[in-house]
Amino acid sequence: MVTVLTGVRRARHVAEQVPDPELPMLTLADLGVLRGVGIAPDGTVVAELTPTYSGCPAMAEMRAEVAARLRAAGYERVEVRTVLDPPWTTDWITAAGRRKLAEHGIAPPGPAPRPASGPVPLVLSATRRAVPCPRCGSADTQETSRFGATSCKALWRCRACREPFEYVKEI
Amino acid sequence: MSDDHVYLSLAEEHDDGDARWAFGTGFEDPLHGVDTSLPAGVDAAELAACCLALGDDALVSAQRLAEWTTRAPELEEEVALANIGLDLLGQARLLYARCGQVDGTGRDEDAYAYFRDAGDFRNVRLAELPNGDFAFSMVRLLVLSSWRLAHFGRLSASPDPVLAAVAAKGVKELAYHRQYAAEWVVRLGDGTEESHRRTRAALTRVLPYIGELFTAHDAREEVVAVLRQVTEAAGLALPAWRPLAGAGRDGDHTEHLAPLLAELQSVARAHPGATW
Ligand SMILES: [Zn+2]
Repeated sequence: MVTVLTGVRRARHVAEQVPDPELPMLTLADLGVLRGVGIAPDGTVVAELTPTYSGCPAMAEMRAEVAARLRAAGYERVEVRTVLDPPWTTDWITAAGRRKLAEHGIAPPGPAPRPASGPVPLVLSATRRAVPCPRCGSADTQETSRFGATSCKALWRCRACREPFEYVKEI
Repeated sequence: MSDDHVYLSLAEEHDDGDARWAFGTGFEDPLHGVDTSLPAGVDAAELAACCLALGDDALVSAQRLAEWTTRAPELEEEVALANIGLDLLGQARLLYARCGQVDGTGRDEDAYAYFRDAGDFRNVRLAELPNGDFAFSMVRLLVLSSWRLAHFGRLSASPDPVLAAVAAKGVKELAYHRQYAAEWVVRLGDGTEESHRRTRAALTRVLPYIGELFTAHDAREEVVAVLRQVTEAAGLALPAWRPLAGAGRDGDHTEHLAPLLAELQSVARAHPGATW
C-alpha cells in the first residue's frame, strides 16, 4: 500500500514538473492543465491533460513531454489521456503560477467570466478590469490587442513606464 | 527539453523519435484518450451530421481568416484574425474526429478536411464567401460568431458528452470572437463616411445569407437581437433583407468554395500521407 502511494506521488511529481511549451516559466501543474495522475492496476501510469484552447498546438507537445519524462523516470507503461470536460479556465492557474507570470513580465488573469450558455448579453462598453503593469505596477494601462502571440495572451501597454506587456486573458 | 527556452527545446533531438508540432507534422487524434463511447439514445447519424456541418463551418472560416495574414490593416489585427482562425481550426479538428467515430467510417480528421470535394461540404455559404474588404470580413465574423456562440451554448447540454464538451470549450472562445467583431463593426460604422458606407454595404451583402443559418435550431431571435444591438451602436440601421434560396447544409455552394478547397487541399492531395 505504502509503495503504491509513493509511486503515485512520485509519478504525479514528475508530470507536474513538465514546463508548458508556450509559457515555459510555468509547469503544467501551475497552468492547471494536468487534471490527474494515477496508476492503473496493471502498473500503467495514466496522466490526464486538458487543452487550454481548442486549437492549442502545444497539446501534442505537452502529451509527448509528459510521456517522455515519465518514461525517463522509470515508468515503462505510460498513457496520457485528453480530458475535455470540464473545460479549462484561467481560474485553474495556481497562485504560484500567477506569481511566476508576473515575475516574467506577464500580467496574470483576473477571475474568469461565468460560463456563457444560452443568450449572452453583449457588453461593448469598456467594463473590463484594469490590468496593473507587471513591470511598474501602474494601473494606467491599456489594451493594444485582444489577441497576442499565443491563444491565451492579449497585448497591453503601460502608459506610465511606456513598456508593452502581455496579459493572460481570462477564459 | 530545455526549460528555459521553448524554441531551443523544440529543435532538440528526441529519443522517442516523435514529430514535433512546430514542424507542421505529427498531429495526433485530438480526441486521443477521450471516452468516445456513444450514449444510449443518441442518434449516431444525426450526431455525425451535426459535427460535420459545424466542423465544415469552422474549417472554411479558418481558411478565410488565414487569408488575412500579411494583408490585414495592422499587425495586431492580423494576429487577432489568425488566432480566431486557430481556435476555429481546433474546433474543426475535434468535431471531425468525433464525426469519424460515430458516422461508421472511422475516418480521421484529415480525411474530412483534405479528401472531400466541395459538394460534400456542409458549411453555410456565408463562411465561404471571399473576404472582401475589412468591413465585410468583420460583419461576417460578427454574424457567424454570434450564431455559433448561440448554437454552442445550446449544444453544451448535448446528450453526447464529447460534443457537449467541445461546445462548452468553444463557447469561451467564441465569446472573444464576437466581442472582437462587434467592436470593429461599431468602430467602422461609427467611423468615417467611407468606413460607414463600406460597413453598410457589407451588411446588405451579408444579411441575405443568414436565412440558412436558422434551420437547425432556434437561435434566430438571439442572433438578430445581437445584430440589432451592435448595428445600432454603430449608427447603422439593420436593413431589411430577403433570404437567398438554397443552403450550404444541403451541399449547395457558391462558386467560391471549390477554389478555397483547392488551395487548402493541394499539398495533401499531391503528396498523400507525406510528413516533413
Ligand atoms: Zn509600467
